[in-house]
Parts: sequence; C-alpha cells; structure tokens
Amino acid sequence: MKSCLVVDDSKVIRKVARHILETLHFVVDEAEDGREALSRCEANMPDVVLLDWNMPVMGGMEFLRTLRRADYETQPKVVFCTTENDAAHIRAAIDAGADEYVMKPFDRDTLESKLQIVGVA
Amino acid sequence: MSDSATRILAGLLEARTGQQLGLSRRWRIETALQPLMRERSIASLDQLAGSLVGGREPALAEKAVEALLNNETFFYRDRPAFDLLLGPVLSRLERARAGEKRIAIWCAGCSTGQEAYSIAMRIAEQKARWAGWTIDILGSDVSRAAIERASSGHYSQFEVQRGLSVLQMMRWFAQQPGTWRISSEIQRLVRFRVHSLIEPPPEPGRFDLILCRNVMLYFAEPTRRLVFSRLAEAAAEDAVLMLGAGETVIGQTEAFAPDPEARGLYVRTGKSAARFAAAS
Repeated sequence: MKSCLVVDDSKVIRKVARHILETLHFVVDEAEDGREALSRCEANMPDVVLLDWNMPVMGGMEFLRTLRRADYETQPKVVFCTTENDAAHIRAAIDAGADEYVMKPFDRDTLESKLQIVGVA
Repeated sequence: MSDSATRILAGLLEARTGQQLGLSRRWRIETALQPLMRERSIASLDQLAGSLVGGREPALAEKAVEALLNNETFFYRDRPAFDLLLGPVLSRLERARAGEKRIAIWCAGCSTGQEAYSIAMRIAEQKARWAGWTIDILGSDVSRAAIERASSGHYSQFEVQRGLSVLQMMRWFAQQPGTWRISSEIQRLVRFRVHSLIEPPPEPGRFDLILCRNVMLYFAEPTRRLVFSRLAEAAAEDAVLMLGAGETVIGQTEAFAPDPEARGLYVRTGKSAARFAAAS
C-alpha cells in the first residue's frame, strides 16, 4: 500500500482527506504544520504529501523548499491542496517543487486523478 | 409527487432522448427540477407535469428535459482507458491513415465537452507528430445547454481541475474572474453540435474513433440496440469504439466486437447492426 502524509492545520480537512485516501487504499498519516511534517518525513518518508499552503509554525511553501533542499534518499511527490487558487500561487508552488496542485473544494475524482497523474495511485 | 407526475416526466425524457428515468434516478427528480420550478413560479411537480401534458409549452418541456439529464463528466475520465486510446490505439490508427493523413473522432454524448477537449489537448501537445494531418473532433450531445457550455470553453474552478494535470491546466486555460477559459488553440480543434443518439448519425461512415461513454446505461435495451446501430452507421470500417467503464457491446450488437489489442475497447466488425436495430 502507498502512504500519504496529510499536512493541514484544519482537523476537518485532514479527516475528509483521510477518508478519501483510505478509500483509495492509502495508509494515511497526519501533521498539523510544516515542521511536524518534516519530522514525520525524517522518521518515515511517505510516497506522497498532501500539503496545505497557510499553516502556523511552518507554512506549506517553507516546508516544500526545505524538503526539496534536504538530502533524503528518496523524495515524496507533493500535491498542494489549498484555497490559494490564483495562477500566481500555482506557478510559485510548481517552481518550488510541487508535483501537483488541488484547489479546494475538491472531490474524490479530482484527488484520485491527481494521485494518478503523479504516479502514486 | 404523484406517480402520475413521475410517469409524465419520465415519459417526456424518454420520448425526447431515449433515456430512461430508472428507479435509481427518480429520487433526484425534485432536486433537478427545483431551479426551473422556482424560475417559473411552479409550486409542485404535479403542477409542472400538468403544464407539460398536451405539449402546449415546448420551451418548458425542453428545459425540464435538460434538467433531468445527467451531465456528469470530467477531463480524461477513467485515465487508464484514455491512455490506452490515445496511446497504442491512436498509434495503430496513425499507421492505418498514414496515406490520407486524416482522422475523425466523434465524442457522442459529450456533455459539457471535457472529453472532446481532453483529446484536443493531447493532439496539441504532439504538434510535430500531427503536422500535416487533419484531426477533426466532433462533440455532440442531446442537451442544448451542455453544448452551449462546451462551445463556450468556460469551466469553473471545480471543473477545470477534475482530471486535468496542473501543467495542462496552466498551459491550456486562462484564469478569468470566476472562470477558467480554454485556449483558442484547443477550441479550434473541436466542433460541437446538438444531436440525439437515437437519430441518424451526423456524418455516416466517417468516424475513426467514437467515444460514447456512460450514456448507454440510461437506455432501455431496445434503445441501446438502436443507438449501437447508429454508432455503427457513423463508424469507418475499421473504427474503434470506446464505451464507459462497465458498459459493453456483448449481447447488444454484432457491429462491434472486443478489440483484441486493446482491452475494454471495441472495433467495427463489418457485420450489419440491422438485425439488432430491427428489434427496436
């Protein structure tokens, strides 16, 4: 089974994402912010990270840049999942190393297709 | 809602489109028709059904039918099947049409156009490969409203990301206030028209690829046979047919048979569909 780390400060969003991902047969882990997400990655690198933009302590962009600079043996796919829905934000995320981008709100079909596109579903 | 109102609405839908309003879809009649009833200040479904009896209000009937149709679709829906179609199957067709350099594709029952545009984007992304070719993509649907939306090329934020990679979205769509608009380069590759699948096909014998996905499931068996015969009429002699996941030609028509090289797709057999069509 593939693994997914859901990084979002909203408990509700994490719960919704977890539910969808489990129906897609993912093993799901959660983190409330970027710093916690980095610790999770160091302990157990997931296949894919579903990443919010705005979070306390460490936001999504800082997490992504830190992750991509780090000398890990493997790098996960990163799918931004955010309410930042304008083209400028999307370009910035791709430039920083995001593999895909999901604009909230989304549904199961959207998330499944994004995971297929990055090759983890 | 009375049984009589349900029967009237279901009968109207079937007469106009061939589609059945099966028991599993009847629960959504009221929800689907609420906006129309509000717009026309109609208090109940029984009142709406009463207004439709006798055919005195053709515009109201058309809007009621539009509301009852299921326009669910998204870009590259069922991606593995699309990859098969636009990968090895399209390559085979490319070899077969190398002389005339012309391929005609029909998205029959295309709803709001995402499927037709999915093919167009793939073609546009392979510009060098298709240089000198004429790739004609036709999208048709029985719903006038769906075809108008497809032709407009405008999609909501929710729609534009369903099935589409972010790179394709950024390459082929421009964000405008409240909408994402498909590029004119893609739009130019596709033409749309209103067409009912129970009617004779738009351009008989012309199409090399026919996509008719998640439509057959709404037809009763005799109508399904008729529609298969219409698709066969539209198909070139070696055409490929793509149905929705869970749909099949087996037991429905002899005009198409499973494609031995592409699981889940079907090829024109050369056999007549007339025997099946006659049953309708």
